Amino acid sequence: MNWHALFFYLYAFMACGFALAVLFTANVVRMALYLILSLGATSGLFYLAGADFVGAMQLMIYVGGTLVLLIFGVMLTAQASFISMKTDRGDWVKSGLVGGALLVVLLSAAFKIPQWLPSSAAAELAQQPLTPTSSPLGVKLLSTYLLPFEIVSVHLLVVLVGAAYLARTKKRKTPSKADQS
Amino acid sequence: MFTIGVAHYLVVGAVMFVSGVLCMATKRNALGVLMGIELVLNGANVNFVAFGSRYLQENPNLSLYLDGQAIALFVIVLAAAEAAVALAITLNFYNNHATVDVDRADELKG
Repeated sequence: MNWHALFFYLYAFMACGFALAVLFTANVVRMALYLILSLGATSGLFYLAGADFVGAMQLMIYVGGTLVLLIFGVMLTAQASFISMKTDRGDWVKSGLVGGALLVVLLSAAFKIPQWLPSSAAAELAQQPLTPTSSPLGVKLLSTYLLPFEIVSVHLLVVLVGAAYLARTKKRKTPSKADQS
Repeated sequence: MFTIGVAHYLVVGAVMFVSGVLCMATKRNALGVLMGIELVLNGANVNFVAFGSRYLQENPNLSLYLDGQAIALFVIVLAAAEAAVALAITLNFYNNHATVDVDRADELKG
């Protein structure tokens, strides 16, 4: 068993297992923790696939930024009644049927294309030293993807201003009649 | 079994995607729904990176290489933007209704 396969299975089981743990736990604080572990393991998978820059960005932006934001949300709304909310059994059954069907379709599609199956030639490629991707990726972002890059930067700015506007402190509204009924 | 191909990564992506979809469907806490969205985007990202990897396919020239990774970067940035807005909406909902239960957000129900 080579190191590539060993670490792939380690990170893959962590990513999938913690993703399922996010699904099956009812406690929102634990969900946040499992989500961090799952996304961290995913960045390990990115490194193994040769995408070193994307793996680093996954750790910095996703795990270090987005999830911290989510955890702030969890902490700001952490009242005892919202920490763990149970779902009806009927909802589990219905969504389980849909999700199972989706999973079967995706898995059968993954193994249907012969080029996507593991091959010995690819295993030899995986033994080669890694070529760093950050500088070609930077050139690519500022040449081929220049327009999407600019759009996404302006989009991020607009979105953050909008989020700050939406979440600004306002006078707390007294609960309306619609709430009490 | 011991050689890793694109299909292995697709399986991981599929499991993460499906658990994210189920999270969105079953969680009653609005933040749980947001975490489901993050899982879905991440499952898609695993697929992009796998298709962009030169170490997983027999013919490396068939892979997307940097295109897959660049799109994965865009997905990460868009996920950050989406999380910021969705969190602001959730906090607003919490301020106005003193709950984060998505089943209680039914004022616009016809």
